[in-house]
Amino acid sequence: MSGDAIPKAQFDFLPLALVALLALGAMPLIGSSSTWLTLTVAGLAMGMIIFIIASGLTLVFGLMDVLNFGHGVFIALGAYLATSVFALMSDWTSSAELWRNLVAVFATMLVAMTLAAAVGWAFERVLVRPVYGQHLKQILITMGGMIIGEELIKVVWGATPIAIEMPEALRGVITFGDSAVEKYRVFATLVGLVVLAVMLFTLNRTKVGLLIRAGVQDREMVESLGYRIRRLFVGVFVAGSALAGLGGALWGVYQHGVLPQIGAHVNVLIFIVIIIGGLGSTTGCLVGALLVGLMANYTGFLAPKVAMFSNIGLMVAVLLWRPQGLYPVANR
Amino acid sequence: MLNRLLSHDLPRNRWLALLLVAIVLGLALTPFLFPGTKALNVAAKIIVFIVLVASFDLLLGYTGIVSFAHTMFFGIGAYGVAIACTRGSPSWGAVALGIAAALAISLLLSLLIGLFSLRVKAIFFAMITLAVASAFLGLASQLSDFTGGEDGLTFKVPEALQPGTSYLEEPLLGASIDGRFASYYLLFVVAAVLVLMMLRIVNSPFGRVLQAIRENDFRAEAIGYRTVVYRTLASVLSALFATLAGCLLALWLRYNGPDTTLSFEIMLDVLLIVVIGGMGTVYGAIVGSALFVLAQSYLQDLMKLGAGVVDGVPVLSQLISPDRWLLWLGILFVLSVYHFPSGVVGRLRAMRKPKP
Repeated sequence: MSGDAIPKAQFDFLPLALVALLALGAMPLIGSSSTWLTLTVAGLAMGMIIFIIASGLTLVFGLMDVLNFGHGVFIALGAYLATSVFALMSDWTSSAELWRNLVAVFATMLVAMTLAAAVGWAFERVLVRPVYGQHLKQILITMGGMIIGEELIKVVWGATPIAIEMPEALRGVITFGDSAVEKYRVFATLVGLVVLAVMLFTLNRTKVGLLIRAGVQDREMVESLGYRIRRLFVGVFVAGSALAGLGGALWGVYQHGVLPQIGAHVNVLIFIVIIIGGLGSTTGCLVGALLVGLMANYTGFLAPKVAMFSNIGLMVAVLLWRPQGLYPVANR
Repeated sequence: MLNRLLSHDLPRNRWLALLLVAIVLGLALTPFLFPGTKALNVAAKIIVFIVLVASFDLLLGYTGIVSFAHTMFFGIGAYGVAIACTRGSPSWGAVALGIAAALAISLLLSLLIGLFSLRVKAIFFAMITLAVASAFLGLASQLSDFTGGEDGLTFKVPEALQPGTSYLEEPLLGASIDGRFASYYLLFVVAAVLVLMMLRIVNSPFGRVLQAIRENDFRAEAIGYRTVVYRTLASVLSALFATLAGCLLALWLRYNGPDTTLSFEIMLDVLLIVVIGGMGTVYGAIVGSALFVLAQSYLQDLMKLGAGVVDGVPVLSQLISPDRWLLWLGILFVLSVYHFPSGVVGRLRAMRKPKP
């Protein structure tokens, strides 16, 4: 040890090992390795989408201690916008050329992100701002916002489920030996990796990211250094909403359709994820999302009846091991 | 005597006292005053909701923690009675068995959830209860052999409560004295006892500790109260009362399904009633439930009427249609949390204080 440098914090690899352990442990239970590969890729894809959605929520909580129960609105909004954009660009999505499909998909993602960001900004302004520092009211108000948003979505798009046609080139499967992997899942995983890379870069290599991380650790200290943490927070909230919109669009296509209750469904999943990961921690959010995604796919195959309780069981197990979540955030 | 019965927690406002007396008298005399089936159903629903909301207020208003699993316990109670009566003969023994089993399940479940989530952070509780409740709702519709799935269970109640059972040949003062009449008064008496019990609990030293935790949990812990223990106890108690409310509802409806007791909409109703009535007062539950259930039962008809008038106007007719009831409920909810946090009871009680 050289005495001059500040010792670097050890990165905690144990939770990551847990993901590998879960994947490997499921292998003998499932039996066939080709099924296992299919399920694992599906789980990773689902995990990446959940991560995209949940990352904004966990940062918002970490930075300002705001628990947004209305996060599901942005998810639902993204998914419903995807149906509209796909319907508008049906020539493009049904074309056999890959680039036309991709243009349509990226246009969808862009629209979903922009509008979700705008709605997120309004949501913060109207609903969240007046109830700072009051947990009880925050929970109630954001829950109310969630109901209102869901109903407004029903007013615009109707209360019946809408099916989404997968773009032509992203349909079907890629086969590796015996195992079939859906193309769209690979695509979703790639999008998730890009988002992860951009997020890690922003958080670790830029000034804004530094301020966000510092704000999560100790808000008052950052404020006393003269930075306006409120403005930063609004930015994070809007970015988080945009990511939720993006994730919602991906999720809607992944599920081949949308229901008005989609927001509430996914909300439950992402709450489990951020509790597992440790409230406020981005790394924890990623690991938690992967765990939940894998778990949901494995149990969906092995024991569909109890699949709903598997994630709660996972959460209980993790909390028994680390009561504050996998990566506890200091100061909380 | 009255003072003792109300655990020395009097309404403390003349108008509030009048309102409460009017509601209680109205409920007590509904079979005689409004002999229609609908009026009786509405009154029974008010009674069940009073118990349900008061038990939720034990948690939200007095202890300051938010649970989204309250309807789960409500549902457990209703399913307990429903399943016991479907499987066994519709006797009092089966009902008692159902209630006992439901109470045991609720006790265990609420204890587990409480110990798990309240040990770390109270804010976990809201999220974890939401997750557990949605999983439970899914489970209840999946285990259709047991719970009847989405269709629910229609069952027979003990003979004394069946509508066919007639106690008097002639109607007495305009009310027919039959099984429905008996069930209504069973509900009324049990609910009254339960509400008085809750009033006793919140005004006991234990209730004071809960309020101390609500105001400042850190300080409460510093004084020497184990906040985890008190919070868990409060959540267990509130779950048990909710279970009993569910049993009452099942006995009255002779039916139970996911939509009647477990759905998230009912959770929202309960939240709204607590806020409208006034958080942290048992009287708020009484006033809120009466106002809300009346509005719900009769306003939706009005909305239907309104939607008929503006039929054809594109956006407006969408907004006023009775399907959008939840939208207006949500808006009302947000507005009341902002501008009306102390509710009807809080406002009325504040009126009495002399202006400084």
